[in-house]
Amino acid sequence: METPLPPRWATRLLHFFCTDHLIEEMEGDLEELFLQRVKLLGEKKARIQYIMDVLSLIRPVVLKKTKNEYSQSTFSSTMLRNYLTIAFRNLTRNKGYSFINIAGLAAGMAVAMLIGLWIYDELSFNQNYKNYDRIARVMENRNYDGEIGTLWSASPPLGDALRSQYSSNFKHILMASNPTRVILSTESTKLIQNGYYFEPGVAEMLSLTMLYGTREGLNEPHSVLLSESMAKAFFGDINPVGKLMKIENTLDVKVTGVYKDLPRNSDFNDMAFIAPWSLYVSSRKWIQKDAWWQNGFQAYVQVADHVNMTDVSKKIRDIKLKHCDKEEALAKPELFLFPMSQWRLYSEFKNGVSTGGRIQFVWIYAMIGIFVLVLACINFMNLSTARSEKRAKEVGVRKAIGSLQHQLISQFFSESLLVVAFSFALCILLVQLVLPFFNDIADKNVSIAWNNSLFWLVSIAFCLFTGLLAGSYPALYLSSFQPVNVLKGTFVAGRFSAIPRKVLVVGQFTVSIALIISTIIIFQQVQFSKDRPVGYSRDGLIMIETPTPDIHKHLDAIRYELKKAATIVELSESLNPMTGISFTSNGYEWTGKETEQQASFATVYVDHEFGQTVGWQFKAGRDFSRKFATDSMGVVLNKTAADFMGLKDPIGKTIRQTAFGQTSIYHIVGVINDMIMESPYEPVKKTIYKINNGKGNFINVRINPAQSTRDALQTIETVLKKYDPDTPFAYKFVSNEYAQKFGEEERMGKLITFFSVLAIFISCLGLSGLASYIAEQRTKEIGIRKVLGASIFNLWALLSKDFVYLVLTAFIIATPIAWYFLNGWLQSYTYRTEISWWIFAVTGLGALVITLLTVSFQSIKAALLNPVKSLRNE
Amino acid sequence: MKGTYLGEFEEVVLLAVAIRSGDAYGAAVTSEIEQQMGRSVNLGAVHSALHRLEEKGLVNSQMGGATAERGGRRKRLYSVTIAGKRALEEIHQLRNQMWESIPKTAWS
Repeated sequence: METPLPPRWATRLLHFFCTDHLIEEMEGDLEELFLQRVKLLGEKKARIQYIMDVLSLIRPVVLKKTKNEYSQSTFSSTMLRNYLTIAFRNLTRNKGYSFINIAGLAAGMAVAMLIGLWIYDELSFNQNYKNYDRIARVMENRNYDGEIGTLWSASPPLGDALRSQYSSNFKHILMASNPTRVILSTESTKLIQNGYYFEPGVAEMLSLTMLYGTREGLNEPHSVLLSESMAKAFFGDINPVGKLMKIENTLDVKVTGVYKDLPRNSDFNDMAFIAPWSLYVSSRKWIQKDAWWQNGFQAYVQVADHVNMTDVSKKIRDIKLKHCDKEEALAKPELFLFPMSQWRLYSEFKNGVSTGGRIQFVWIYAMIGIFVLVLACINFMNLSTARSEKRAKEVGVRKAIGSLQHQLISQFFSESLLVVAFSFALCILLVQLVLPFFNDIADKNVSIAWNNSLFWLVSIAFCLFTGLLAGSYPALYLSSFQPVNVLKGTFVAGRFSAIPRKVLVVGQFTVSIALIISTIIIFQQVQFSKDRPVGYSRDGLIMIETPTPDIHKHLDAIRYELKKAATIVELSESLNPMTGISFTSNGYEWTGKETEQQASFATVYVDHEFGQTVGWQFKAGRDFSRKFATDSMGVVLNKTAADFMGLKDPIGKTIRQTAFGQTSIYHIVGVINDMIMESPYEPVKKTIYKINNGKGNFINVRINPAQSTRDALQTIETVLKKYDPDTPFAYKFVSNEYAQKFGEEERMGKLITFFSVLAIFISCLGLSGLASYIAEQRTKEIGIRKVLGASIFNLWALLSKDFVYLVLTAFIIATPIAWYFLNGWLQSYTYRTEISWWIFAVTGLGALVITLLTVSFQSIKAALLNPVKSLRNE
Repeated sequence: MKGTYLGEFEEVVLLAVAIRSGDAYGAAVTSEIEQQMGRSVNLGAVHSALHRLEEKGLVNSQMGGATAERGGRRKRLYSVTIAGKRALEEIHQLRNQMWESIPKTAWS
């Protein structure tokens, strides 16, 4: 017969409320009485009595909280001090491991923190504006030959139209110019600065902080608001309100206010001044207040407080279609509101819908940050678990002396938290050191958010999490050892105890290898686009802004002088810079045109010398020439345009353009190879090059290669100043401007390189730690093998083999993953490089070599040990 | 020290400790009382009485060694102190004295 047992729940209840030092005798007494009663009264009654006894024990003396003579508190200061002492001793005894542990984790944390700051900066973009979630830009979707393109600009009558029909939906409706670079001048100072012409109300909408003057300052027709730094540059530290200035050397304005500089992570942060929109319109005769086809302006709105932005966006959709003329209506213009919260991160449009943009980078970086962090945590866990097996004896001794399991648990946790705390301190230091460099690459101005409680909250939460996670294995597993077994020496870490560690190493190397592959492919893509033929020559080509008409008037004289001085090869004038196209024109017809073709062409206005200056290459026909008077109505097409028009022999053919009620007839003089003037990743647009008879915005100068650039620039400045003394000399190298088109990709490449180097570094640190640990564990084995005649090479192979397998596994996993994601990334570029097999081969080989180097150092060290020494001590 | 007044149950427990002297632990005391009084007693009541007696200095206790009985759990063994013995004697004497003082006529 089985021995009857008392009800278990009652026993558990006893354990729950009874203090630890009384539990033994109580349980004993209870059990003894129970057994007696079973004999006397039968099991049923005995059970009832047992329950009654347990319940009757719920008394103050027995209850847990009562103090007793044995301190059970885990956090008594003495014990805590002891834990810390032991932790320090352990750290200092194994300096190598401690270094690897702390440095690795700190590096990982630093990367995560940098990325975190970066992401925070991106996500908080524009959030400085109080009306952040009510401000929007009015944008337009248009139909270009069947494809919907999205226009960021608006036309002059839009503001009034919105005001007259939908005014109740908006708090502000503001027309504005595109950001324009103009000359600002006082008696003593002249600067070319970027600014906006805005309707009054902008200061209110953007909640500008006024240092001097008021937000209403813009109501005066001849006024200007200056940014803080601009005011300083012109007037120093005095209050400039009421001072007089000139815009574009011609417009007299009075300073009516100074606003605080806008933060770097916001749109409008480069806005040096705001002048009234009415001034803009009155000073530019070509702006027609009712011309819906003039699309060179911007419109901003702030929706009213009670209104839903999406609804308003739907309401205003057809406002342009209703008002504009037939030609413009062909493009089926649809207006919509694009909220400020999306300007920065969701600025890419495909078929009229926002498809993302920088948010992609945010995701990529966030992923990398998490990966690197996980790598570092894996390291930390791997090393501390590997090391902790060594401490099984310590656990045994502690338990024998009387440590309770929860005391051991808290000891191991406090140890790992201590290491995490060290790492965090080091991480803050690292971040502080790296930040300037990081800001430089990332083109940002972020700093550690010392005052941000969120930052500290996240940091501390993260530290706790890592500490607890990494400490959990030793804390929970080791503390459960039977002291008898451990001290007898019969304890063996099971056959499978190494498996999680192996899995973690494979995971680590998978991430590292994938990152390396990504780095190589990103750089390949950037290089591929850089190597794309641009169709003209960038060497020694500079462009100079010409805001005033003086240069245009004296262009021939300037050319003559500069050529005579052998400073330049050629010089020309154009409406837009070499690295951008600002105009699109349509209404063209030619023989053989399909009626459905709407035919909008990117349009570049140049002069006769443009071709010679930039060095475009002809496929057919000839360049513009002043010898033929008819060339002023001639056009040059690029290859894409010629192909689009489908003319067999385009030279000499005529094109008719009907726009704004006028018809002009052009004849084709030449066809050039495509020139990349916009994105180097996109196909070149069909472009038409026309002669511009008026003033251009830029002059393009090809410097004589025989002259040093510096001398040439000096000569050019002198000559230009002679004819236009009022304009500050500002030039740009076309090659630099062109290089900026690769900025985002190059930045990403650089950052990812930085991160993958760190990832590899962290992984290798971990690997090296593990290798040395395993070598140490096998010291005796190695000694015996040596005695029996193993060569150093044998031993090296023995110790390295395992790691090589791990890395190979990681490589096999990483390759398809990397291929999949990068292939997806490359699909977003029209001009893209191929992912070739050698990238994978090189990466795999590289990873293998790095692994072998790391492991070999440890394994050779172990193999070289004198067997006498390693076998001596027992 | 708390007052040395001895409650009825305390007196019973103290007597039981004296009866089982040398082997007086919670369960033993409880079963002793149950046998003597013929009714069931809660271990909790006994335990808290023992605790009070110890506070009053009438018994003292020490942990006994582990034995194979009751799963190797140790017992707390109580023994009556000199003060305890004196208290019992005093009560005994008081009772006796009072018995003697009952006039014979009271029973008729």
